[in-house]
Amino acid sequence: MNVPDHLYFSDSHEWVDPSSPGAAPVGISDHAQAELTDVVYLELPEVGRTVIKGEAVAVIESVKAANDIYAPVSGEIVEVNEALAEAPEPVNEDPYGGGWMFKVKLADSGEVEGLMNAAAYRDTIS
Amino acid sequence: MKLSPLNDRHTQLGARLAPFAGWNMPIQYVGIVAEHQAVREKGGIFDISHMGEFEVVGPGVVEGLNRLLTNNITSLEDGQGQYTLMLNPSGGVIDDLIVYRFSKERFFLVVNAARIQEDRNWLISRLGDECELKDRSDEFGAVAVQGPEVIAVWNKMEPRRALPERNGIVEYDDGVVVCRTGYTGEDGFELFAPVEAIGSWFDRFIAEGVTPAGLGARDTLRLEKCYPLNGSDLDEEHTPLEAGLGFFVKLDKPGDFVGREVLAYQREGGLKRKLAAIAMTGKGPPIRHGYEVRDADGESILGHLSSGSLSPSLGKGIGMAYLDVDLCRPGTELSVAVRDRVFPAVVVKKPFI
Repeated sequence: MNVPDHLYFSDSHEWVDPSSPGAAPVGISDHAQAELTDVVYLELPEVGRTVIKGEAVAVIESVKAANDIYAPVSGEIVEVNEALAEAPEPVNEDPYGGGWMFKVKLADSGEVEGLMNAAAYRDTIS
Repeated sequence: MKLSPLNDRHTQLGARLAPFAGWNMPIQYVGIVAEHQAVREKGGIFDISHMGEFEVVGPGVVEGLNRLLTNNITSLEDGQGQYTLMLNPSGGVIDDLIVYRFSKERFFLVVNAARIQEDRNWLISRLGDECELKDRSDEFGAVAVQGPEVIAVWNKMEPRRALPERNGIVEYDDGVVVCRTGYTGEDGFELFAPVEAIGSWFDRFIAEGVTPAGLGARDTLRLEKCYPLNGSDLDEEHTPLEAGLGFFVKLDKPGDFVGREVLAYQREGGLKRKLAAIAMTGKGPPIRHGYEVRDADGESILGHLSSGSLSPSLGKGIGMAYLDVDLCRPGTELSVAVRDRVFPAVVVKKPFI
């Protein structure tokens, strides 16, 4: 499973990239997309919404089931990946690239320390 | 939790297993959409070892079963089968099943896994003294092999075993039973073999390139064809006429049957509600069992989906719901509530594809 070194991960398999300039993109891990299999629908949050770490902010649906996506960090949603609302395939095909779901302007950059780094995340899914 | 005789094979193939009717069954291997398409375009194999098999034998078998089932069993010849329903006295569905005739005094019944005990008790207490029911569910493992290419696969694999005609049954010398039926809308067959033999049958189909498919794809395949799922679309509160299964109810067959009175009354007086096929009009989320069906404005609640999914063939949400008959006309505009939003939907003619 692909786990890029520069990302941080939540227990519920979201990744966040705090090093990204501006706001931090969020998506789900390669492991999570493989578990979900065919993602057929994505319900994204509204831009401008302020979210708290751990809050359900989006819904991802496979043929079989709907699952919540949780904010891995607190802050304001400043952008969402509208293209995924039309065609969610990148979530499966490119989970760390075209599969990003929304960008959060971090309220507290220290919050990232509470997440898993790549090495720690690799341990949890191996 | 019961384990299928194919359980180890599912694990080796990387299947995701989940409880279904008391069995740990494969929901999917690589993905529902890919498995669905494999069955529609080529061929897939499903583990259906959870399903129940009864054999009913004796001089009174035709008369006994005829009294408890809605279809006309007297029209079956040796080697033929028919879809039929077993009702309670109010006309509600206890189970939907397929009954096959081996010979005049020997019939084979394939029933839903969740209803095996219920069906067995119901049948045994009502069949009469002139026939006997043997529950053979624990003897058999079973696979459904479905898709446009699977007949050719079989003929290559087993050139000396002729397949039965559509809806038919054949029992080979080694005790293997093959029925030309299924739950996908594709040509294919269901193979019942002794539990110790089913594994090698499964392996041989896989070796021939038949795709393993799980219960997830089985559900989307059957829903596209509007085949009802017992416990969701069929239950003891709804009659087969309301479910749109009137073709399998023979009110004028010889002899009375349990539930007939209510069905005759419904056919005479008209139905109040029917199981409608509902398709989402645009791209949107999958719709699921239990979601509210509302009017086109999204205001009043008209019913709930008994089944719902994303149709891999159509790329949009499809479902079924019991609705007031006035709302069941194809073209009727509705909506379906998904979480806190409503999405436009329309009643369509069955089946979806």
